[in-house]
Parts: sequence; C-alpha cells; structure tokens
Amino acid sequence: MTATSAGAGDVRYDRAREGATVLGIYLASIAVALVAAALVLLATGGSWTSVLSALLDGSVRGPGRWGTTIGVAIPLLLVALGTIVNSRGGLVNLGQEGQLFVGAALGTYVATHIGTGGPGVLFLIMLAGVAGGAIWAGIAAVLRYQRRMPEVLTTLLLVFVASQAVGYGLKNKNLLLDPTPDQANRNLISERLRPDTRLPRLDWFGNEFPMTAFIALLLAILVALVLRWTIVGFRLQMLGRGPRTAHRAGVSEARYGGLALVVSGAFCGLAGAFMLAGGDFGNYRLTPNYPVNIGWEGLLVALVGRNHPLVSIPVAFIFAGLRTGSGFLAATGVDRDITKVVQALLVLALLVPPAILFVRDRRRALAAAADRV
Amino acid sequence: MVGDFFSAVGDVLSSETTYSSGWRLAVALAFVAVGEWIAERAGTINISVEGSMLAGAFAAAMGYDASGSVAVGLLIGAAAGLLVGAVQAHFSHNLTANQFVVGLTLNILVLGLASFLNSSLKPETATAHVFEVPGLVEIPLLGPALFGQPWPLYLLYPLVPLAWWLVYRTRWGLEVRAVGENPQAADVSSIDVNARRRQAIYFAGITSGLGGGYLLLGQVGWFEDAIVGGQGFIAIAAVIFGGWTLRGAMLGCLLFGSANSFRLSLPAVGHPLNSELLSSLPFVLTICVMALFAHRTREPQSLARPFIRGLR
Repeated sequence: MTATSAGAGDVRYDRAREGATVLGIYLASIAVALVAAALVLLATGGSWTSVLSALLDGSVRGPGRWGTTIGVAIPLLLVALGTIVNSRGGLVNLGQEGQLFVGAALGTYVATHIGTGGPGVLFLIMLAGVAGGAIWAGIAAVLRYQRRMPEVLTTLLLVFVASQAVGYGLKNKNLLLDPTPDQANRNLISERLRPDTRLPRLDWFGNEFPMTAFIALLLAILVALVLRWTIVGFRLQMLGRGPRTAHRAGVSEARYGGLALVVSGAFCGLAGAFMLAGGDFGNYRLTPNYPVNIGWEGLLVALVGRNHPLVSIPVAFIFAGLRTGSGFLAATGVDRDITKVVQALLVLALLVPPAILFVRDRRRALAAAADRV
Repeated sequence: MVGDFFSAVGDVLSSETTYSSGWRLAVALAFVAVGEWIAERAGTINISVEGSMLAGAFAAAMGYDASGSVAVGLLIGAAAGLLVGAVQAHFSHNLTANQFVVGLTLNILVLGLASFLNSSLKPETATAHVFEVPGLVEIPLLGPALFGQPWPLYLLYPLVPLAWWLVYRTRWGLEVRAVGENPQAADVSSIDVNARRRQAIYFAGITSGLGGGYLLLGQVGWFEDAIVGGQGFIAIAAVIFGGWTLRGAMLGCLLFGSANSFRLSLPAVGHPLNSELLSSLPFVLTICVMALFAHRTREPQSLARPFIRGLR
C-alpha cells in the first residue's frame, strides 16, 4: 500500500520535473533567438528597447492598433488552420501563398463582374475564394494520386504559376484590371469592391476589425472538434501517423489525402477572400503581390502552434503583432525588416525543443529496451 | 502579323546579345542547380538554396565593399552560402526537423537579414571585368556568349565536371547516391547517412553562395532585395525537370535561362510577348514533364524522407 502511494508520488514528481524541463528548453531556445536578434540590432547601432516599445505601440498599445492586428491575424489563422488539416494527414502543403492568391483573385472576379451587391453576393465572393483555393490545391492532389508526383513539389511550383496567372489577369480589362477609362494602364490593380459587397466591420472601444474574426475563431474550434471527435478526423490522422496501418484499416489514401489537400487549399482561398473583402489589405482592391507573405507566415503559425488549431489562435495574433508593429519602426530609424529576422529566428528556435525532446525520449526508450534484453 | 512575329523572333535569334544574356542567366541558375542536384541525389529537397543564393549575393557585396577585390567577394559569398547550408543541414539532418519548414524559414530569415543589413550598411559594389578568352571568343554567335563574359562566369565551367566526377567517380559520391536511394541499406553498410546528407547540403550551399556572388559581381553589379527573386526555386525546378541527372538539370537551366532572356529581349524588338507565360514557363514545364514522364525519370527513392535509424 505504502509502496504504491510512494510510486504515485514519484509519478507526480516526475511529471512536474518533466514539465519544468520542457518549459525550460522552450524558454532557453526563445531567449537565444531574442538575444541573436538583439545582437543583429546592436551591430547596426539600433537600440532594442526603443524597437520593442515601437513594436508594442504598433501592435497593441497605440489607439486602434488591436483592431489592425486582429485584421492581420484573421488570414494568418485561416491559413494555419488549412495547414493543420494537411499536416495532420501527413501531407506537406507549401503552396498556401498561391492558393490564397488564386482565392482572392477569383473572389475579385466574381465581385467585379456580378454588378450588384448585397449579402448574397458577399457570400458568392467567399464561395469563389474557397473554390479558387480548393482548385489550386486540387491540382496538386490530382497529380499526387493520379501521377504519384510529390505534393510538396507541385504545391510549391504552383505558387509561382499562381502569381503569374493572376498577374496576367491584372493586365486584362475583361478579367481583373480596373476598366475605368481614366485609370492609367500601368496601375495593375482591380476595380474597388462595391461598399455593399464588403465585410461589415465592428468597432470595439475604438478598435475596428472585420466581423470575420469570429468566423475564424469558430472555424478554429470546428477544426479542433472535427480532428478530435469525428471519424473523418480520426481516419485523416491515422493516415498521417501510420499510412500502412491506415491502409490496412481500409482508409483510402487518395480520398482522405486528397480531401486534406483540397480542404487546406479551401482555407487558404477563404483567407484570400476575407483579406479582399475585409479591408485590411489593399483597400478592397486586388494588386500584384497581394498575399504579401501571409501564406508563408500562416504556414509558420501552424508550425509554431504545433499543428493544434486552438494554440494557433494566440500564435497568429503574435505573428500579426510583429507585422503591424513593424509599421511603427520608422520613427526609431530601424529598418522594418528586423521583424522578419525576429520572426524567422523565433521559428527556428522553436524547431529545436521538439527535436531535442524527440532525440532524448528515443534514447531513453532504446536504453529501456536494452535493459529488458 | 504572324510573319512580323517570326521576323522579330529571327532578329532576336540572330543577335549575339540574346545568346550572351541567355547564357548569363542560365549560368546563375546552373551554379545553384549543380549543388541542388547533389543535395537531391542525397535525398534532400533543399529549399534553402534560394536563401543561400541571396546570402551569397549580399556577402559578396560586403566582401567587395571591404576589400575591393572580386575574388574575395566571391569567396565570402560562398562562405555565406555555406553558412546557410550548414544551418539547413544541421536542423534537418541532425535535429530531424522538417527540411521544408527549415528551408522556408531560412529563406525568410536571409531575406529579412539581407534587406535589413543592406538598408543600414549600403555596400558599394561594381561588376567584375570582362575577360575574353583569346581565339575562342571569335566563334560567330556563340563565342562572345560562352567566352566573352565577366570572369566569375568561367568558374562554372570546371564546377560542372567536378560535380559529375565527385558523384560518379568517387567513393563519397557513391555513398551520397546510396544514401538518397536506400538509407537503411547504406546505414547497414556503415555509411553515416545523415553526415553524407549534410555534406551534400554543404556543397549545395557553397555553389549557391557562389551563384549569388556571380549574380551580384558578374551580372547585376549592385545589391537589391529582389536580386535573387525566386531563381533558387527555378534552379530546383530545373533539377526536377532534368529527371535528377546532371545533364538534364543543366539543360533545364539553359532552357529556363533562355526563356527568361527571351522575355527580357522581346519588348526591345517591339514585340511584347506574353511575359507571364514565359515567367511561369519553368514551373509549368516542370510540372508537365513530371506528370508525363513520371514513369521514365527515377527520382531518388528516399527523396525528402528523413532518416532516423530504426524508424522507416
């Protein structure tokens, strides 16, 4: 009796120690990344305190900046949700940037060609965005399961095709280019969305943001629930963790893998449509280079959030804060690209702890196995 | 109309500048593709070559600014490329982090770092002088393109046979190929799988850094954030397009480089061809070639699969 209770105490103690170790490794990695970023700053004569305060002003402290940051966090979160779906299914999608761009472009096409407005049209724009992203990822899915081409490569290559294709659309008046006669031909931008096809914006305590923030949150919860509690989610993750087990259990690789890719693309396309109709990007117009790296960064959000939908919510907000905060750096005389450096260093640093823990756990397991023999 | 178009194409094809510019653009890709080819033969799709190239270009600019010598600039560029490659190699083949995520993050990091440092340091650069190989430069049409170029371009000429010799004629190359095909078997034969993969990535980093240095000092002449602008990805496409053979990869670089120079020179003769089509050609063509000839080209069998002993 005493032995078992002592054992339980040991387990509890071990767990606490384990948690402290994990936390310690994470904190140490983040500290190393931040110190490295500070060193880069010092080497060029910047002051990190003023940079930090400018970043905080730009992301949360300044008037109305919460709203701006939320506006940027919405597409980041959506892209991350899509990425989580395909990563859990064991597929690598590197084409978020392109899927988002195609979604936004198709949304623009629908918005500018329908000619009327209203909630129905707004819904159609969202649908067009979803369809655009899903089609672009669907190409990769078809090539993956019909021609056995690695989805990693096709999705990546399709990013560049997407930006050229949309670029072509932005040069043609019957596709995307603004047909207004006084509009100079060199300005490759689309017509502005009519006011009644824009997403309603909320105003909370002086912070203005599109109402899609709530849709994004709901979708995050939905993805978490589907992955946790449904058969589809279970089969998808079985495919990701053990393709051979999944095969024996009768999970069709083409069906579930293809579904994961298409859903992933659909999320990115929806992010593009939200960006377009939300007003935080490009002022309701499609421009060349419209996705401004949101696709790449959304991928990193999913990664830092360890492929968990709910954890990705705060991560998306932090990444958005770095982006909106960088706009306030001009006053400090430091180039705004420093935030890219900070972001990438943070992501690299966060790659280290899981790897270290994996190697350690493996070594322990191997030692335990050797003991048994 | 059609006749006009063909006469314009004829004008482009009969001018020596077309060949020169096409060759220059192809060479920048080829520097990267040579290294990427070895990395992929060892089993890594090394996305960080884009970052290595940019790091090489910026470091070459800094090196030239500090020393005034093109050779020093190129060396420092190669070292910077190696540094990026080393980070990629150790994260993906030592810490077992996902190679694509590491590569993508490194590309963002290098882009941020280079544009940040460029805005505060502003290196002064120039282009290397043109060296005309006596005799050979007299060859009509192709002579000036192949042998009348800024001298860093000539570094590629020994580099390609060197890479071929390394991969097909040395023990190291045999091991690199084994590691890319069947790492479990290689491991049992006491080959250090992840070490070989790391070394292949170092090689890719060096050549990409050199490619970036060449781009800056041999072609563009000043540093800008968009100097690389996806050329690393085009080089990756060229390796895949070439079906993981050196010959094919070099052919891909030549094709994609020429397409790019065609895009740049067609408006000059008054015929704006669809430039988006030409820009996306490398990627569309690579996807089509992969889809059509998937059964004929054999990719390294464990391409993009990490190796952890005991786990398949």
